[in-house]
Amino acid sequence: MTTPTGATRAEICVVACAEAWRGDGEILAATAGTVPALGARLARLTFSPHLLLTDGEAMLLSTPQDPGRIEGWLPYRKHLSLAARGKRHMMMGAAQLDRYGNQNISCVGDWARPRRQLLGARGAPSNTVNHPVSYWVPRHSPRVFVPRVDMVSGVGYDRAAAQGPAVARFHGLRRVVTDLAVLDFATRDHRMRLASVHPGVGTDQVRERTGFALAVDGEVPTTREPTEEELRLLREVLDPHGTRDREVRT
Amino acid sequence: MTGLDKRLSLPEFAGRITSGMTVGIGGWGARRKPMALVRALLRTGVRDLTVVSCGGPDVGLLAAAGRIRTLIAPFVTLDSVPLEPHFRAARESGALCFEEWDESMFLWGLTAAAHRLPFMPVRGGLGSDVPRRNPRLRTVTSPYEDGEELLAAPALDLDVALVHMNRADVRGNGQSLGPDPYFDDLFTEAARHTYLSCEQIVDRFAGPPQSLLVQRQNVTGVLHTPRGAHFTSCAPDYGRDEAFQRAYVRAAGDPGTWREFEARFLAGDEHAYQRAVDGREPEEATA
Repeated sequence: MTTPTGATRAEICVVACAEAWRGDGEILAATAGTVPALGARLARLTFSPHLLLTDGEAMLLSTPQDPGRIEGWLPYRKHLSLAARGKRHMMMGAAQLDRYGNQNISCVGDWARPRRQLLGARGAPSNTVNHPVSYWVPRHSPRVFVPRVDMVSGVGYDRAAAQGPAVARFHGLRRVVTDLAVLDFATRDHRMRLASVHPGVGTDQVRERTGFALAVDGEVPTTREPTEEELRLLREVLDPHGTRDREVRT
Repeated sequence: MTGLDKRLSLPEFAGRITSGMTVGIGGWGARRKPMALVRALLRTGVRDLTVVSCGGPDVGLLAAAGRIRTLIAPFVTLDSVPLEPHFRAARESGALCFEEWDESMFLWGLTAAAHRLPFMPVRGGLGSDVPRRNPRLRTVTSPYEDGEELLAAPALDLDVALVHMNRADVRGNGQSLGPDPYFDDLFTEAARHTYLSCEQIVDRFAGPPQSLLVQRQNVTGVLHTPRGAHFTSCAPDYGRDEAFQRAYVRAAGDPGTWREFEARFLAGDEHAYQRAVDGREPEEATA
């Protein structure tokens, strides 16, 4: 399925991810997953030229157009310090997310003896209390969007508010991009809101695929289309082999 | 005091590790893991270890052999394969006690141990379920005007640390030539004894001074183990053996296949392991 501009769903998602870093200035755009990585690179090449990007390991890239050209060194230890200083906006993945943005990448089921052990909390606890965080969910489903996560790896708004100033001080979840929609927390009590649906997706479809009631105010807009220049950069420069379409099927 | 030449054989090293020890393992995920040292431990009867690691197949192999009582880790992954199959199985069968730490807690816990401090304050972990699943974690209130209540990451004091370097000298100075030192120098500083394996032993180091990561006053034994990080990566000497890693993951999925894998690769000494790796059919080595 394509849209008036001929963009695929994956391309809509890349641009929706890129938008997460709009206006972020000179900070590190960190990602997990193909589509967010492309989004960060697209933002860097267009409307957020000051962003810093890594090669996925310890090097900072001068430009995403030339992976061999580096501008800095960011091994894990410096990376963690940078995150603690707040100079980073990361888009992480999530095995589970609840309505306040509590995220689980640790395990599914009872933590003491999980049904499915996943990665472990990794840096999610510190990321969420130190700098802006967004999430990428390539398959929007009630298995991901659950009433209650089995383990809070990344801290959500309700936890941050309840735990006091040391947690809330630098906490801020920006948006959740999925293959169907963009969600945010722009509600009075920071409950997750349906911010936009991707072209061709109905709001009912998103509601059905979400395991809790999403906040909706008024008419839900449609996620914006990529510009011609964005499509050109994405298709010719950043992802000529179409890896984006393997993460989000059209 | 032993002599300046700290070289040991793998059996000599393994004989110094006893059951119940707390063992820190350097590297990160499936990158520059001291795998020859881990394989040497598998040949002993050592058990009930507390393993401290940014985990990869080091944790997987020790867990599969039932050697871990407690694991302290922020994650266990094979990088190009996100989930470590043996770690998963051990957790899902309740075979090991897991202390799940946040990465920044882990960094500061090692730093505290390296500085002989009881803890370091850290924001990461607060508000998450990490402290709720770990009753030994405590908070600490800043004595200054801010009065913030922060997590007190306890010192990760290690009995021994195991690290793998690109180059070392016989005295125990170690050089990391890859893009990321990970936490390896901290591991050596947090441990009473460090055993350092390396790709090459040199008389004279070449390369920038910043690459001289590990210092001999922190090292008890040096082991020359060419391709000793296999199948994890050891840049720039070699990359991860992805075909081998895929075979490892496939084998881990079934007890019978795993026994065959063990018989083929892990039944002999390190030379036998390396020969078995080289003895793979060309199509296996790229599968």
